[in-house]
Amino acid sequence: MAEIAGSAQGMAAITTADGRPLAVALRHAERVKRWKAFFLVLPLLLFLGVTFLYPIALMLFRSVENPVVADNLPRTLAALESWDGEDLPDEAVFAALAADLGEARENKTFGRLATRVNQELSGTRTMIMRTARRVARFEAPFKEAVTAAHPRWSQLETWAAIARLGDRYTPIQYLAAMDLGYDVQGNIVAQPESRQIYRNLFLRTFWMSLVVTLACLVLGYPIAYLLASLQARYANLLMILVLLPFWTSLLVRTTSWIVLLQTQGVLNDLLVWLGIIGDDQRFQMIFNAQGTVVAMTQILLPFMILPLYSVMKTIPQSYMRAAQSLGAPRFYAYWRVYVPNTLPGIGAGCLLVFILAIGYYITPALVGGEDGQMISNLIAFHMQKSLNWSLAAALGGILLAGVIALYWLYNRLVGVERLKLG
Amino acid sequence: MGKDSTRQTGTDLDAKATSYGGDAIVRFERVQKSYDGVLLVVKDLDLEVQRGEFLTLLGPSGSGKTTVLMMLAGFETATHGGIFLKGEPINNVPPHKRGIGMVFQNYALFPHMTVFENLAFPLEVRRLAKGEIQEKVRRALEMVRLGGFENRRPGQLSGGQQQRVAVARALVFEPDLVLMDEPLGALDKNLREEMQYEIKHIHENLGVSMVYVTHDQSEALTMSNRIAVFNDGRIQQLAAPDDLYERPENAFVAQFIGENNRLSGRVSHLDGTSCAVDLDDGGGRVQALAVKVAGDRARTTLSLRPERVAINPEEGAFPNVFEARVQELIYLGDHIRTRVSLCGKDDFIIKVPNAQGHAMLREGEQVRVGWALEDCRALDA
Ligand SMILES: Nc1ncnc2c1ncn2[C@@H]1O[C@H](COP(=O)(O)OP(=O)(O)OP(=O)(O)O)[C@@H](O)[C@H]1O
Ligand SMILES: [Mg+2]
Repeated sequence: MAEIAGSAQGMAAITTADGRPLAVALRHAERVKRWKAFFLVLPLLLFLGVTFLYPIALMLFRSVENPVVADNLPRTLAALESWDGEDLPDEAVFAALAADLGEARENKTFGRLATRVNQELSGTRTMIMRTARRVARFEAPFKEAVTAAHPRWSQLETWAAIARLGDRYTPIQYLAAMDLGYDVQGNIVAQPESRQIYRNLFLRTFWMSLVVTLACLVLGYPIAYLLASLQARYANLLMILVLLPFWTSLLVRTTSWIVLLQTQGVLNDLLVWLGIIGDDQRFQMIFNAQGTVVAMTQILLPFMILPLYSVMKTIPQSYMRAAQSLGAPRFYAYWRVYVPNTLPGIGAGCLLVFILAIGYYITPALVGGEDGQMISNLIAFHMQKSLNWSLAAALGGILLAGVIALYWLYNRLVGVERLKLG
Repeated sequence: MGKDSTRQTGTDLDAKATSYGGDAIVRFERVQKSYDGVLLVVKDLDLEVQRGEFLTLLGPSGSGKTTVLMMLAGFETATHGGIFLKGEPINNVPPHKRGIGMVFQNYALFPHMTVFENLAFPLEVRRLAKGEIQEKVRRALEMVRLGGFENRRPGQLSGGQQQRVAVARALVFEPDLVLMDEPLGALDKNLREEMQYEIKHIHENLGVSMVYVTHDQSEALTMSNRIAVFNDGRIQQLAAPDDLYERPENAFVAQFIGENNRLSGRVSHLDGTSCAVDLDDGGGRVQALAVKVAGDRARTTLSLRPERVAINPEEGAFPNVFEARVQELIYLGDHIRTRVSLCGKDDFIIKVPNAQGHAMLREGEQVRVGWALEDCRALDA
């Protein structure tokens, strides 16, 4: 290596015929080519930037941004600066609160404020709504007036929550997404058992994606092998069968699984007709986790088969023959020689399927029932129903981090340059 | 390895089947092979490979050489006939139980294993002890002069080095028989020649039997004890290199091995081993050795090596003397390739050795050329 580096340095001194250093001349000659290439990809780059990178950046920003309380209660928060957190705040804070709420009522923004505080500390919505509606009639001393409007104003917990929510940028949604929160003293603690949902959901999503990935691998590997070893005309036919699902709408495929697997569905009818189970013993095969796994496996199978196939096609037949001629029985030869050479395909297929599965939405939404819901369904719920976009963004951020971590791991173990998708 | 007792040098193997005492390691008996049920790719093959022999299958592309090798290795089944290894029928023995070493054209080194692991593979399969494996791998690598390359991967080796690893791997488990299918096809000319000698020496030192496939005739001539010339699924001639070159038995072999002038005509007088042939279009009458002529008046092709033609021979030295006109001279260093027109043909080649005092020819010159009866072989038409 040292020699190579030495000779490269030696080369830097070489000049072109007109006396310019070779490296400079080369760079100049390449520059035009580089600009041309850049302009060719520019439209796509802009498109990706606007439709992909910008929304992701926005989502990540939104997951830590927390403007509602800071915007609506500026004076209260300023007055709370000097609060020790041990006793109820003093009169100055309550006066500031009354002034802030009065302004919020005029601007008609106190509804959002109430919603935000309520997300953090449930039951505080009515507290803020009621207080804000009455604030015009308050007179000093404000402490009595406010605590009289709603008893929760005299709880330390309420003030701790408001003080915490005053930070314009906060990891609080990430904590919430991991079933964590702050206690009154500002320590990070786990949510009470009854309110923990996300961590289990992440685990379930991870677990189901893993099962789907393994199922795809087990089912897809032999098919890919068959595809790679069959004669061209049979292989083409088989390839069409593999790709056929791509030409059918995702919704149609998912609903056809419902038709097939529901309690009054084709498979149960068949089992009953064959007398294997009684009419009252029909299996619940869909609207649960198993149903989701089955449907997702079918839908994601091509994403496993194609990278596997593309790798297997490049493995010469002579490897297996060589192994056998060296004395290895067929199965041993497969295991020691063929399978290790398909590792990049296995890696690519598993990575692809797992990443697709972990963010899968439609299928679990349609056939997931109670226990087949995945994290993306909850993200959608927070986007559309509860309108807690920041929490949705934090959940999405965690998912993104997970995917990036997997990709990193793959790169470390297999090497991205060996990734083959077709 | 460890077979020094059976060690034979190139000269004791004087390349006649009899010198191996009829001890055949491989025997093909009336073997036929068809891939599609329509065409016979191998037609009625009878072939014996002697113990310790270097046998080359030589033939044009598509003549069935690889097919024969694959049947022997067990990757293709014979459609008909029997294949015997050391006297035992092996038609139904799976490849991994045949114990035959094999070198593939693209080497087929396992890319995910190091050189050491590649060589250890056949030994691990045979459950040898670790120390023994290390020792054998080391010796095998030394044999191909690659000591110290144990930890490289095949992708980090040059073509010639990969080739040597492949040879070492095929030999490391000490098989009695090694098959090689165009192992040097991917190498450049110099390296190919170097490897030819290397493989030949390994063969001589170890005394293993080798069946070697090539379509390069000079490779076959350099390396082999015997050569089986294949064409169209049949062995055209099975003989030692010198026999094959000097005494081809039919027109295909004469044409395929070395350069050769072909003159076609009709046998006019057949007299035991010699005959007179009237060339087509009144080209004259040639005295030739009757090797493979169907009989009197039968059509025949005369085969004559370019280096066996003398220029301006002494009066009465040869029965065949003709007038020729020099058309073209090509200087090739050790000889001068001379194209002349003769007997109505203008692509008759003569190799004039660049020896001291050789005839100095000029284009357009009129010369007399002559050749001996034995050098002109009358073969099938
Ligand atoms: N797997 C196969 N299926 C069908 N036909 C085949 C198969 N392998 C070979 N053939 C045919 O059999 C004939 C002989 O092939 P083979 O590979 O034995 O030739 P070869 O002498 O090794 O030629 P080359 O010098 O090009 O390697 C060819 O016509 C070929 O097309
Ligand atoms: Mg071949």
